[in-house]
Amino acid sequence: MLALERLVVTQDTFRLEADLTVPGGRIVGVIGPSGAGKSTLLNVIAGFFPPSAGRVLWDGRDITGLPPARRPVAMLFQEANLFPHLTAAQNVALALTPRARLSRAEAAAVERALDRVGLSGLGERRPAQLSGGQQGRVALARALLQSKPLLLLDEPFSALGPALRGGMLDLVREIAEETGATVLLVSHDPADARRIADDILLVAEGRAAAPVPTAEILAAPPPALRAYLGD
Amino acid sequence: MARGAGALGAPPWAAAGAALFVAALVLAPVIAVIWTAGAAGRLGPGDWAAVRFSLTQAALSALLSAALAVPVARALARRRFPGRGALVTLLGAPFILPVVVAVFGLLAVFGRNGIASNLLDLAGQEPLSIYGLHGVVLAHVFFNLPLATRLLLQGWLAIPGERFRLAAALALPPGTVFRLLELPMLVRVLPGAAVVIFVICLSSFAVALILGGGPAATTVELAIYQAFRFEFDLGKAAALALVQLALAGGAAMLAARLALPPAMGAGLDRVVPRWDADRPGLRVQDALWIGAAAGFLLVPLAMIVIDGVPGLARLPGSVWTAAGRSVAVALVSTALAIALALALASRRGELLAVLAIAVSPLVLGTGLFLILRPVAAPGDVALPVTALVNALMALPFALRAIRPELEAVRADYGRLCLSLGLTGRRFWTRVALPRLRRPLGFAAGLAAALSMGDLGVIALFADPERATLPLQMYRLMGAYRTSDAAGAALLLLLLSLALFWAFDRGGRIDARA
Repeated sequence: MLALERLVVTQDTFRLEADLTVPGGRIVGVIGPSGAGKSTLLNVIAGFFPPSAGRVLWDGRDITGLPPARRPVAMLFQEANLFPHLTAAQNVALALTPRARLSRAEAAAVERALDRVGLSGLGERRPAQLSGGQQGRVALARALLQSKPLLLLDEPFSALGPALRGGMLDLVREIAEETGATVLLVSHDPADARRIADDILLVAEGRAAAPVPTAEILAAPPPALRAYLGD
Repeated sequence: MARGAGALGAPPWAAAGAALFVAALVLAPVIAVIWTAGAAGRLGPGDWAAVRFSLTQAALSALLSAALAVPVARALARRRFPGRGALVTLLGAPFILPVVVAVFGLLAVFGRNGIASNLLDLAGQEPLSIYGLHGVVLAHVFFNLPLATRLLLQGWLAIPGERFRLAAALALPPGTVFRLLELPMLVRVLPGAAVVIFVICLSSFAVALILGGGPAATTVELAIYQAFRFEFDLGKAAALALVQLALAGGAAMLAARLALPPAMGAGLDRVVPRWDADRPGLRVQDALWIGAAAGFLLVPLAMIVIDGVPGLARLPGSVWTAAGRSVAVALVSTALAIALALALASRRGELLAVLAIAVSPLVLGTGLFLILRPVAAPGDVALPVTALVNALMALPFALRAIRPELEAVRADYGRLCLSLGLTGRRFWTRVALPRLRRPLGFAAGLAAALSMGDLGVIALFADPERATLPLQMYRLMGAYRTSDAAGAALLLLLLSLALFWAFDRGGRIDARA
């Protein structure tokens, strides 16, 4: 379970507060107007940006002061999720070890992860030789292999067309169900959230609200969400 | 990224060590110079003449280079023709061309027995004399006209194409287009370009050594050398070094106040469509400027090759030995420059490196000589000192090539690296160095070529047994062994270009995406 305890994030004139919990194993769509702080919230949870007050807890353990690599978090960013000078397999292998040389078991695990996301036999290609959708799958394979209990997705598929994006989201859903990971998915398209999110976490007007089941909140959106959705 | 950003930097010990090393390498000689100069007598009238000459030739070189660059850059900016890309690349070549080689090529064209003099002779005119102020200025224009042209070309290409389209739609005549669009850019870019060239020429040594000399044409750098070699007057050399320090320091401060676009930026292969320039008269005018500039650059280079080939086959063994020494010095200097650049790739590091370049090589050399003299024979330390000073001189260029790329890697991949635990040494070996191959190769190529062709500090320290190739070539010229000198010039040219090419190419091969 992820808990944000009286969290305050400030940056110049920007201010965001959060005091909420996300139960384990849920897929949570993080939505809200641009500039409201959706990405900032994920960056704080991942440890890239320090909060000015409050704590981040995972299963009751305070992780506020931990460096990003030691948090129970895997994250995919909007862009630059893969190193262009490494092959797909080498990129995925970074989930297991920062070393260039892999043990036989590690190499096999990398291969399995690539198989799982439907990229069998493409491990030797570099990102430039893969399509946008395939690149997204490589990044997902790495996240899968990191086997962290919390997966943060900061619009990593926003450059893909609607059909491809839908396919990627379904893959996220499958992987999350297999691994039992909790997923926070930032999206500017409510359709994404509707497609895979169990809950919606609304970030608006300086507050990150506690997640509410998707069907429930979309049926009776609060004023801030209604303003964002525009109807 | 606010947190953990230190994990993607150079190790603190390396950054601090490199900063201390550079600071000590610059400050210790400066202190030694000030110390010794304080005890020396006042400077004589000849020394003030050197100050005046330094300023005069630098000012003339800067004005001429900048003024001539305007029509050349304008022609390149608005004309498309076969070989344009090659010509723009060639404009970058003087930077890695050894000074003594270029001067040799200029002598083959403009010297007493050069092709220009021969043509004048056919017409019944007196041959040219290239020695003295106009020779020094000619050589400086040869080196800096291309630099100024590249800077201005960048300025021209930075004017949005829509403005020219708008001007065409309004049917504005060329004069109005110049006043409205081009003049404001020139006012912004030209002073900076001129000041940079002024600063470069102010510390000119090798050009003045070969083409200057005598009471009428001695720069302060050359006067330092002469006080060393001919008068054995270290006190006077130190006093002159102090004068040079003040001159170059003042000029560098002046330069720092003027913003300048980076001269090595890519994207000079663009041509902005220009409807106002689509007139036969302007076409001919531009063609003439481009032809003249290309000839001015290419003919001396061609002469180096033509004159050098016969001599290359039967070069004396001493030249080959000197060549070997130069390559070794260049490789050591390159390794040092790159290591320092990686450790100092930060804003503070770049400031430090610019500070280091404000102190001229001969001032550094004088100071190091003063420090090392009690403990070692100058000849014994000539090559290490040369490698060291060359590395320092290449450092700002290496930093300018590497730092922006390193910062881009951190901006693009910083969070990914932190989340995957690619920090410290792993960040460097698995991410930064592979991503930086191109700028590293380019920087190493520059450093190697600069060191290979350097004729500066080595002239202060070297004895005949330990000359580098540029020094050996200079001696051959001084001894009127023209054929040997021509062969050595070609060898030096080839080695400098080969070193640059090999490193630069090494950075490009397999540097995918």
